[in-house]
Amino acid sequence: MKFQPVIGLEVHAQLKTGSKIFCGCSTTFGSEPNSQTCPVCLGLPGALPVLNKKVVEFAIRAGLATNCTIAHHSVFARKNYFYPDLPKGYQISQFEDPICRKGWLDIQLEGQGPKRIGITRIHMEEDAGKLVHGDVPGLENGSGVDLNRACTPLLEIVSEPDLRSSDEAVAYLKQLHRIVTWLGICDGNMEEGSFRCDANVSVMPVGSDTLGTRAEIKNVNSFKFVKQAIEYEIQRQIDLIEDGGSVVQETRLFDPNSGATRSMRSKEEAHDYRYFPDPDLVPLVISADWVQRAQKELPELPEHRQQRFITEMGLSEYDAEVITASHELADYFEECVAFHHNAKAVSNWLMGEVTRALNDSGTSIAACPVIPRQLAELIKLIDSGAISGKIAKTVFEEMWKNGGDPKSIVEKQGLAQVSDSGAIEAVIDEIIAANAAQVEEFRGGKEKVFGFFVGQVMKASKGKANPAVVNELLLAKLKG
Amino acid sequence: MKISVADVEYVARLARLELNKAETDLFAGQMDAILGYVEKLNELDTADIRPTSHAVPVENAFREDATRPSLGVAKALANAPDKADSFYRVPKVIE
Repeated sequence: MKFQPVIGLEVHAQLKTGSKIFCGCSTTFGSEPNSQTCPVCLGLPGALPVLNKKVVEFAIRAGLATNCTIAHHSVFARKNYFYPDLPKGYQISQFEDPICRKGWLDIQLEGQGPKRIGITRIHMEEDAGKLVHGDVPGLENGSGVDLNRACTPLLEIVSEPDLRSSDEAVAYLKQLHRIVTWLGICDGNMEEGSFRCDANVSVMPVGSDTLGTRAEIKNVNSFKFVKQAIEYEIQRQIDLIEDGGSVVQETRLFDPNSGATRSMRSKEEAHDYRYFPDPDLVPLVISADWVQRAQKELPELPEHRQQRFITEMGLSEYDAEVITASHELADYFEECVAFHHNAKAVSNWLMGEVTRALNDSGTSIAACPVIPRQLAELIKLIDSGAISGKIAKTVFEEMWKNGGDPKSIVEKQGLAQVSDSGAIEAVIDEIIAANAAQVEEFRGGKEKVFGFFVGQVMKASKGKANPAVVNELLLAKLKG
Repeated sequence: MKISVADVEYVARLARLELNKAETDLFAGQMDAILGYVEKLNELDTADIRPTSHAVPVENAFREDATRPSLGVAKALANAPDKADSFYRVPKVIE
């Protein structure tokens, strides 16, 4: 029997606010355990939560960017369960009345048309604390609880079970990741857990329209692991069914070391959460005005910009996707193109030399020492024939290291391209005279030797000779 | 009986409460009486009324996104039954 996987994703995106969702404690990552806590996030008796307005603004922004309807009326609810990282014995979340509903995102796999993935809902909630095991003195036979993360704001973004393969799941995740970082509402740092995902996976016979029993894989924190975890889980379920067994609805944990998922027994009886409206937090009412204002303030979204770069600027689909990986990179690109209208060359430089230099030095594009005007001028110098592409890389290195405009660097270091045929001819004559044996080989039909001559001439001219002129003159001379 | 002994035992387990037989029977009777009383509401037609989530007509209480000093580790841990380093210490949680 052939099986069809069915996948839905729940993404948790930590919001980039300065303070927590219901109190004024800082959200900074990596501080001393429990140093960013107060009576509210410790769940001390009598402490009352007050909603951070920015969390609501970010949630509206995320909803609008994913084509959701923003609820006029929404409510916070208590999700009740016991776990040592949850000081109140309940998590403040949203249940029946989430802030956003019924959106969608388009994903595109290579060589296929776009596919629309439904978004069921987006809701606001607080994160739990963190449990620490092992290496801390005094914790050999126990676990440590750090509540710095407790009460940091999250958006939970729930997709419809519209995904049909691990590749579709990863494409959807990447698209969502690009949107939340683009909007500036989440830093997208997957290693620190700012963007993590639970995957609901089931399989059904091809042609069936009855969904199989699903397993939920918890907290997978990289694109690679999501792919691995889903593929492992699909195969596990198929094997199970083919061996005459059946899938149990359960929570499973992905182990990156083994690439396998395993059952999390601790969550077995925790599924009755007894949600009820949180009496400590008043209902949230979002006016049409507020939504309109948010809509107006929304930046041009990455997908739209990507399309525009293809249709208006003539970039390939691949290039447009890379250039719109972040808001800052897309801005940099457009600024360059405004100075010099060669979009293709600008994107090549950005994806090549610039990306390499940024990666090597661990710099972000926003802090790139070569500003867009300077990169545009450099490309202009190549396009006008003033310098060769090879020399341009040397000029770029100099700009990166010591700053300065490309034109003055070219002048100061005497890097201008030599296109003067007289000067080049003189060099060629010398090379030909010094390499009589190779000249004979060439004339005897061994045309590969031509490359050797080009190399020699370029070397003698320190890379400054115009390659087109060199080729033309060299060929004429060698053919005699 | 709307509330059975089994219901009380289930709710007690979720709330991590340990009840003896006498308590379970007592609470089953009391909870049944309470639910029976509230059930009167079912006599009303509430088809067009949105479920009430809050009793007070107040909405949109916000704070701005500004940080305030936290308690500090010493105070935060002051009443902890058990601690190690800067952590609250709990029985080992194994996943």
